[in-house]
Amino acid sequence: MSSREVTILVPFMVIAVCWAMARWETRRFHDASEKSFFERNGRALGLTFIALVGFWVVVLVALPYLYMVVESFHPTLRPTDRGGSNDTLTFAQYKSFAKEPTGNGYNTTHMTALAFSLLASVTVTVINLCICYPLAYYMAQVGTPARIRLITLGLVAPYWVNEILRMFSLRLLLATGGLINSLLIAAGIIESPIDFIGMNVGLYVGLSYAYLLVMIFPLYNALESLDKNQIEAARDLGAPWWRIHKDVVIPYAKPGFASGCTMVFMFSAGALAAPQFLGGPHTLWFTSVIYNFFFQAFNWPRGSAYAFILLAVCIALVMLMLRLFKVSLGETTK
Amino acid sequence: MSAGVELDHITVRFGDFTAVRDATLDIKGGEFFSFLGPSGCGKTTILRTVSGFLEPSEGAVRIGGQDMAGIGPNKRPTALIFQNLALFPLMSVAENITYGLKVRGVSKAARQKKADDLLEMVALKGQGNKQISELSGGQKQRVAIARALAVQPQVLLLDEPLSALDLKLRQHMRNELRQIQHMVGITFIYITHDQGEALTMSDRVAVMTDGVIHQVADGRTLYDEPATSFVASFVGENNPFPGTVTKAEGEFAVVETGFGPLRGRNPQGLKPGARAVLFVRPESARLGPGENGAAFQSTVRSVAFEGNMSHVFLEGAGKKEVIVTVSRNTSAHAIPGEGTRATVSYHPRYGLVLPEEKLARE
Repeated sequence: MSSREVTILVPFMVIAVCWAMARWETRRFHDASEKSFFERNGRALGLTFIALVGFWVVVLVALPYLYMVVESFHPTLRPTDRGGSNDTLTFAQYKSFAKEPTGNGYNTTHMTALAFSLLASVTVTVINLCICYPLAYYMAQVGTPARIRLITLGLVAPYWVNEILRMFSLRLLLATGGLINSLLIAAGIIESPIDFIGMNVGLYVGLSYAYLLVMIFPLYNALESLDKNQIEAARDLGAPWWRIHKDVVIPYAKPGFASGCTMVFMFSAGALAAPQFLGGPHTLWFTSVIYNFFFQAFNWPRGSAYAFILLAVCIALVMLMLRLFKVSLGETTK
Repeated sequence: MSAGVELDHITVRFGDFTAVRDATLDIKGGEFFSFLGPSGCGKTTILRTVSGFLEPSEGAVRIGGQDMAGIGPNKRPTALIFQNLALFPLMSVAENITYGLKVRGVSKAARQKKADDLLEMVALKGQGNKQISELSGGQKQRVAIARALAVQPQVLLLDEPLSALDLKLRQHMRNELRQIQHMVGITFIYITHDQGEALTMSDRVAVMTDGVIHQVADGRTLYDEPATSFVASFVGENNPFPGTVTKAEGEFAVVETGFGPLRGRNPQGLKPGARAVLFVRPESARLGPGENGAAFQSTVRSVAFEGNMSHVFLEGAGKKEVIVTVSRNTSAHAIPGEGTRATVSYHPRYGLVLPEEKLARE
């Protein structure tokens, strides 16, 4: 039995173990006055619930990822050799991220791509935070209901436009012969066009814009429940506006910050379209590398290994940040 | 240390709505002054105008003789205690208390000292490191007071701070507030809709409704000599008998009411023909015959026994029942049974005739 087939059995084995443990617990600690799951819901409905949740967890979540994990521990082979005697488990794909399989040098291209992707994602997160905090604060604490509805509509409506259109219109705007450069030249501010795309301005603008809502709504959510009297109390006690934000508003909204920042960071580190359309010609985004392994090189094992490297590094970074800012993981889901 | 507060023809408007209309007041330094009125009467608006969260549409606020126009709440010599206290939940008790000092750049050692002093004063010694969520309602109350006093305000503003507490604690905190005021000696401006609070604690009370100050006086005067029908009906229990003045003779006037002509004092010198309300307090009325023009007949509807006294509810001329309070000394068997006819009488000196206007809602 090959490792790929074993994979499929894993979730079922886990379920079997859990079920056995549940049976054992029922037999030892069962409180007869408490109704069982099937007694409460009936057999038909109970089975339907279990089937639906089971389908979702096993088929849609567990199996695909498990399959990819196993794939990432396989060597790169021609389709005809798959499942053959050479198809053994190996760390080669993970190693290839550090050292090129051909040649002896370090794999600087891919490591740089990952570092740049992470750094750029952090930058995008910071940009979004700077834009969204004042806006969310205004919406949550200052604006009238009519004004807030207008702002919300203004924020959401542009997302009705499809991503491709949004990306390319941004590209047109920022291109060397684009609107902004033409205007700047016409106004006599610059003589030769600025290469915004090459400087990755488009990349940052596009990514920031794409995940603006992901930042603003958690922030708004957190800020909205802040009692206005808290702000007024701080002000009454003599605090200038920036201290009120530093001491009262931001600590209160910290879970919202954590949630928004985590999502924007994760989304932009894993973004594919914006970096491909708006990144400069010399910019290599890590997801593009992964994409190329899957669809250009048909090297699924290496692609999935890289994808898991990205996932692991992102999670580690987020956990580190949460630890640094003393936010528990549970709080971010509030 | 303590500064007086002057309201000079203050009007506050929100769009078309006038929350406070032409209020003029002179609160003396060191005074315990209350604003009393039903909710929505504009008392909180006045408080916010004094604290600086609102600018008056017209008129001026002066604290210690200094015009406060354009001075924000963080720059005024006032401190506000909020109705919900608004303690900072993420700071400890001591951090809450010394927050005002921290933003003023006071050193950590000095803040610690101040926190200890204040905690001792509000009977929370040694509890500075507790979290706000660990405190009881009364303790939170004390922390809020300490936090406001920490910045050494000249005027302390209190926005119904006792309303969240239960009755027992509320009565206890009344005394405590009064003691604290004696101790620190600064001006207290207190907002409440609870007349018991206002009358027991305050040196003077301003009674307000619909944005207008009706009367400013000490508690006894408000009760015995209300200036308007609203004050008469709002402060304490009162029986109103609306009607028309038919005769004005010296100190007294006769009002033609639903129970016929009734006499009472006429401090404002109302002329015959004026619409007026005659007020008789339940404890000033008695059951039994009285002099002509100060007695009427009605039917007893119900009797509420309260130990040291009983309230007898009789059919009124209008919707409102007439209440007569009979004290225990008058011997219980003198109280007529439900459904019987009874004569209600009073000494005309305890009848009060005031111009008709909107009465306090029951």
